[in-house]
Amino acid sequence: MKVDILMVGVGGQGIVLASDIVCDVALLEGYDVKKSEIHGMAQRGGSVVSHVRIADKVYSPVIPFGQADIIVSFEYMEFLRYLEYKNEDTKLLLNTNKIYPPSVAMAEADYPEDTVENYKTKFAILVEKDGLKLAEKAGNVKAVSTVMLGALAKILDFKKESWLEVIKDRVPSKVVDVNIKAFELGYAD
Amino acid sequence: MKKVLSGNEAFARGAFEAGVKVVSSYPGTPSTEITENVKFYDEIYSEWAPNEKVAFEVALGASLAGKRAMTCMKHVGLNVAADPLMTASYTGVNGGLAVVVADDPNMYSSQNEQDSRNYARFAKVPMLEPSDSQEAKDFLIKAYEISEKFCTPVLVRSCTRLSHSKTVVALGERGEEVDFGLENNIPKWVMVPANARNRRKFVEERLVKLAEFSKSSDLNRVEINSPKIGIICSGVVYQYVKEAMPDASILKLGMVYPISFDMVREFASKVEKLYVVEELDRFLETEIKAQGIKVENLNRDVCGELSVDKVKELFGIKEDINVEKLELPNRPPNMCPGCSHRGMFYAISRLKLFAVGDIGCYTLGLLPPLSAINSTVCMGASVSMTHGIDKASDGKLAKKAVAVIGDSTFLHTGVNGLMNIVYNKGFSTVIILDNRITGMTGHQPNPATGITIKGEPAPKIDFEILARAIGVKHVYTVDPFDINQCLEVLKREVEREEPSVIITNRPCIFADRTVISSPYFVDTEKCTGCKACTRIGCPAILWDDNEKQAFIDETLCTGCGLCPRVCRFDAIHQRGEK
Repeated sequence: MKVDILMVGVGGQGIVLASDIVCDVALLEGYDVKKSEIHGMAQRGGSVVSHVRIADKVYSPVIPFGQADIIVSFEYMEFLRYLEYKNEDTKLLLNTNKIYPPSVAMAEADYPEDTVENYKTKFAILVEKDGLKLAEKAGNVKAVSTVMLGALAKILDFKKESWLEVIKDRVPSKVVDVNIKAFELGYAD
Repeated sequence: MKKVLSGNEAFARGAFEAGVKVVSSYPGTPSTEITENVKFYDEIYSEWAPNEKVAFEVALGASLAGKRAMTCMKHVGLNVAADPLMTASYTGVNGGLAVVVADDPNMYSSQNEQDSRNYARFAKVPMLEPSDSQEAKDFLIKAYEISEKFCTPVLVRSCTRLSHSKTVVALGERGEEVDFGLENNIPKWVMVPANARNRRKFVEERLVKLAEFSKSSDLNRVEINSPKIGIICSGVVYQYVKEAMPDASILKLGMVYPISFDMVREFASKVEKLYVVEELDRFLETEIKAQGIKVENLNRDVCGELSVDKVKELFGIKEDINVEKLELPNRPPNMCPGCSHRGMFYAISRLKLFAVGDIGCYTLGLLPPLSAINSTVCMGASVSMTHGIDKASDGKLAKKAVAVIGDSTFLHTGVNGLMNIVYNKGFSTVIILDNRITGMTGHQPNPATGITIKGEPAPKIDFEILARAIGVKHVYTVDPFDINQCLEVLKREVEREEPSVIITNRPCIFADRTVISSPYFVDTEKCTGCKACTRIGCPAILWDDNEKQAFIDETLCTGCGLCPRVCRFDAIHQRGEK
């Protein structure tokens, strides 16, 4: 198996932890795995991208253009910034929740609603999740990223038990149950 | 056991396994998390120093005392530590000394893009360059062996893509701590000219021995594939080359300085065409060409970061990636909602002062709508440059310019500038934006915070007493959320023909969460749509274009209370308040 996953969204959404979980699952399943992200400048509210590469042997920690097998967009419009990584077989997992960029919040620009509608259908497979609604249902609005991990787990060839094991290990003990519920809700169709 | 570790986590693990005793560093992206992870190992003494020069010297002292020591910094941090580095090259070490320096190709979070390999050549010390987290750990352990064997500090180069990437690492146990005892050897450790002249020769001889060592070292690796193309590379670039050019033969240098040219010649003889692929400066290429070894020219950009795609492009492999670039609303980095710097920047902006800025979160005050920063060069520069502006204009511009500096940066190198202002009879106004923490790099404590890296209580430097001790007579502490107070003090102090220091007194909202209180909301009955509140640039204040009114995203609002102070219509109130 070889899979390149691009996880994109907005600072504060839990993308770094989510991508750490994917790495641990891949290692548990016996693969080589590499991950790369950029942080540093105050990223709260900034655009965030994490590259996760899984294969028998991985070299570059960064996915080359046109090579992402899956793009997980934790925010509704963010995948649009990374279209150069897509090819015609790329799958899109899309959280339908919107976070307004500052210029949109200040009504100086429009949220690119039509562009999202137009481009999201250009992927080989499109899975949409209302992350916030499902996280609320699981018991905590902050579990949106775990909902998206559930959706990702559904289309990857790893054992579900591996995911559950890593989530239990990685999230703080008092929110393990909520996160497992969120994962299951994302995993369900 | 295997774990997925970032390069930085792996360096920390390497220090643990190498039996390192002392680590002293100053935070700086992308190097920060090395020391932040070292702190979890109880066997290692770790600390945040006020700056990189101090950190380096602490590590050198630990080495003198016979123990293994490490100091970690970003590339520009090594500039600050360059002074002790140059002479530590002469003294050499007692216990092993490793200096991890993290470069930032593409300047994801830096003010310049310098290539630290030049420091290895400049200081005449060896430099190792790992290419993934496993090597980060292994090479650091090797660095200590080399350091003790050749009596030299060893530079270990990282970069953003290594420091902040995660790869699989096999963990080992902690090795035995070395203990060579305090070395009392005056000709070696006292660098007066007579002694230094002898050590100078030692340094040159050491370089020859190191190159000889490099030739046989397993730090370097030759991978012979096709005899047509041979590529010399190092560090994370090796990963790009392997993926882009799977058929090429490769000489992977783990030691990038000094280079064993015998090894390079041997490799060159096995391939038809020899190339060097490296990030930033033509460092290896220049060295190798200077030996008369034929290297093919590549039309490589010396600016920015390499990638698999860029390496392919260098060798003329074109791939069809057909993507239109969309015009999307940006998500720029922003000062956090509730940031304690915002009120002071608003006041500076209102008074149209020229703000000589510095390195830290508050540099983001340059962004609209505040647009309050007029220069940013390096840590501490704000204070000294303001004095330069003052003297260049015979005091006139001192009435229009202020230095703006954070608490950690002031203690890093700002304090020296303040001494200079007082000593040389300047008139400058220095604003210390004290939020009690090193904010930009992720909330590391500093000598004014009151805790150590391990969270233990520590004495707190009092900026007011410090400034007075330096000789500043006019020292004022203000509440940065009280705009009128800020305006009043600023207006008065820039006019004063004497140095003054203004200190703000609110902690970083995300480092001290106890200061977060219930959110504010806009009373739509009273809001006239004047937009004054939107000019403070708070991400929680939004504009409804249909209603022509401001509103507040209460999930973002931290209840700092700044916006009601700029509203002239009493339209902003706190939840739970009558």
